[in-house]
Amino acid sequence: MQTDPSKMTAPAKPPIWNDPVYRGIFFQVLVLGAVVLFGLSIFDNTTANLERQGIASGFGFMESTAGFGIITHLVEYSEESSYGRAFLVGLFNTLLVSLIGIVLATVLGLLVGVARLSKNWLISKMATIYIEVIRNIPLLLQIFFWYFAVLRSVPAPRDSVVLADAFFLNNRGLYSPAPIFESGFSAILIALLVGIVTVFFLSRWARRRQEATGQPFHTVYVSLAILIGLPLLAALGTGMPLSWEYPELKGFNFVGGLVMIPEFVALLLALSIYTAAFIAEIVRAGIQAVNHGQTEAAYSLGIRPGVTLRLVILPQALRVIIPPLTSQYLNLAKNSSLAAAIAYPDLVSVFAGTVLNQTGQAVEVIAITMAVYLTLSLTISLFMNWYNDKMALVER
Amino acid sequence: MNDTTQRYAPGEHPDMAPPATAVGAIGWMRQNLFSSPLNVALTLIGLYLLWLTVPPVVDWVFLNADWVGTDRETCTSGGACWVFINMRLDQFMYGFYPSEQRWRVDIAFVIFASCIVWLLIPRLPAKNKVGIFALFIYPIIAFFLLSGGSFGLEHVETPKWGGLMLTLVIAVVGIVASLPIGVVLALGRRSNMPIVRSICVTFIEFWRGVPLITVLFMASVMFPLFMPEGVNFDKLLRALIGVMLFSSAYMAEVIRGGLQAIPKGQYEAAEALGLGYWKMMYLIILPQALKLVIPGIVNTFIGLFKDTTLVLIIGLFDFLGIVQAAATDPKWLGYSVEGYVFCAFVYWCFCFSMSRYSIHLENKLHTGHKR
Repeated sequence: MQTDPSKMTAPAKPPIWNDPVYRGIFFQVLVLGAVVLFGLSIFDNTTANLERQGIASGFGFMESTAGFGIITHLVEYSEESSYGRAFLVGLFNTLLVSLIGIVLATVLGLLVGVARLSKNWLISKMATIYIEVIRNIPLLLQIFFWYFAVLRSVPAPRDSVVLADAFFLNNRGLYSPAPIFESGFSAILIALLVGIVTVFFLSRWARRRQEATGQPFHTVYVSLAILIGLPLLAALGTGMPLSWEYPELKGFNFVGGLVMIPEFVALLLALSIYTAAFIAEIVRAGIQAVNHGQTEAAYSLGIRPGVTLRLVILPQALRVIIPPLTSQYLNLAKNSSLAAAIAYPDLVSVFAGTVLNQTGQAVEVIAITMAVYLTLSLTISLFMNWYNDKMALVER
Repeated sequence: MNDTTQRYAPGEHPDMAPPATAVGAIGWMRQNLFSSPLNVALTLIGLYLLWLTVPPVVDWVFLNADWVGTDRETCTSGGACWVFINMRLDQFMYGFYPSEQRWRVDIAFVIFASCIVWLLIPRLPAKNKVGIFALFIYPIIAFFLLSGGSFGLEHVETPKWGGLMLTLVIAVVGIVASLPIGVVLALGRRSNMPIVRSICVTFIEFWRGVPLITVLFMASVMFPLFMPEGVNFDKLLRALIGVMLFSSAYMAEVIRGGLQAIPKGQYEAAEALGLGYWKMMYLIILPQALKLVIPGIVNTFIGLFKDTTLVLIIGLFDFLGIVQAAATDPKWLGYSVEGYVFCAFVYWCFCFSMSRYSIHLENKLHTGHKR
């Protein structure tokens, strides 16, 4: 059967309710409508409820006087300060415990991860046990354990555990000497800054020279010498403008020095030990992900083990390690909100706890708290995406 | 001397025994513990650490511990006082659930456990039916059993729920409810309709970006404000909704990973067969994608199981909450370590067995697609 092509008509258009384009638009409008309706009804109910309870909405409350004390604060704070100030105190406390926790967890995690890959049977088994035990116990339980079981049983200030006559551990916290910066200290800082800039240009010069001539340069040692030597010279030149204030037992408690309250110590210990177990697994997976052929190829080229690790294995392993590592850092920062359980004055505890109870501004307080964490996560994940793009394998 | 002159025909020379230092226990130790000076030092440090930790712990937990008795007077040996756990075990398991009604919890748990065991043993038949029963029918049965109020069962209000039972309820409800929501969100995130996609992305990134504890705070203080006047629902339900929202965002990301791992050819083949979107997803893509991500789902569940402890901050007495409360009871003051150790042991058993199972699945399910 033959048909004349000129008589062929275009296939009949599907009815409009079967056309994918229109269907797509229809469904999206439907979904959007449902979401907007849901949002509006929540908004209506909330405003009605707030009016009924006589709570004024808005962020005006941030200006009013807080009237409660906070045991540890990095910025100036007293009972006369405003709620906004209390928010800042909480935020800085969260950032403090997160940052120190990240450093400790990374160091410990790196150690345990490498130990798990060790050829030494005993060491690798011990690392495995550490990881499997810590990973499978809830973090909150570990915080409770450190706070209520371990740190409650340390002695009173009078019988503190003393380390080198400078560190004192008792049930009021961990006391350590505080640095006192005298005039002229800025010279050391300037020297350090100059050192950093010098090292930056030096390493650039060394890399260029090696690429051009093949001659290596001991960048690491020279940089270390500059970074330590310059500030040291400045310190000697200005006559050591740094002294230490030692904590002293006066009456029932210590006076002076830096103090880390038990809540902080417990939270820090639990967070870093818990996160380190996850980081250890990430490190192990990253190192194992590098093909063994890479090591063998490097050895057969006559490169020594240490250099192989530094120049061949680690750069490739880092590509695998960094993304999950960043998300662990993020988890640690988010988990620091568990401070609320032991009343360490972090953002959640101070702001979503005390401030919320005092003002009753639930919507605003929770919104601000969530916004802070959201900003933190989004910033870190943006950075992570940028880093991933930069580090991604460029295939030829 | 004779040996040296003895001659063997070619190929008949007997094999010499390997040196004693290269085989057996000594050889193993030389290779694995003392292969270099660094390793010797590490082994010695490791042994010292073990010596510092293991004997006192064993002493405290087993040798010096008190096991039987009825009150704290019996704990005199200086080791762990397991009497405390023994006396409070019922409360740790059921919370404040009325003791004459606890058989209901037991039955609900037995049905649940048998479903799980049935699903885990590969040889047993009718997995689909059991799975559907566990996912859709069991929650209804469990609800009526635990909450009561009909079928002649006494109503037990949720503030009386507690202990391990509450932990399991929150974890299981969280995971069961978050699966379907997670699937929808993951599909939405990969949809090519821009509005649907951006709504899903916003939802997922929002819940993943905030800590669970702020979600729980929000659930406990803000949800009542969201409801019309007069509508009020109890604290447990609010916590459950919070946990559900939170875990469905994580679940969506896990499932999205599975969807991305399915080769494009599968989508194209399904479309070439004339399947519509939902049939393509239901018949071709999701079965493969979900199979791929079962280990990820188990891992999410482990995370959720550990995170259920956070509900104690908004005043629910889950397993950890009730142990914590018991440890501050004046009758048993000073035995908190026993409580925490017991609690840690129970959580560890649950989480460790699940993580082993997830590893086992991962090995079993490597049936292709691995690139």
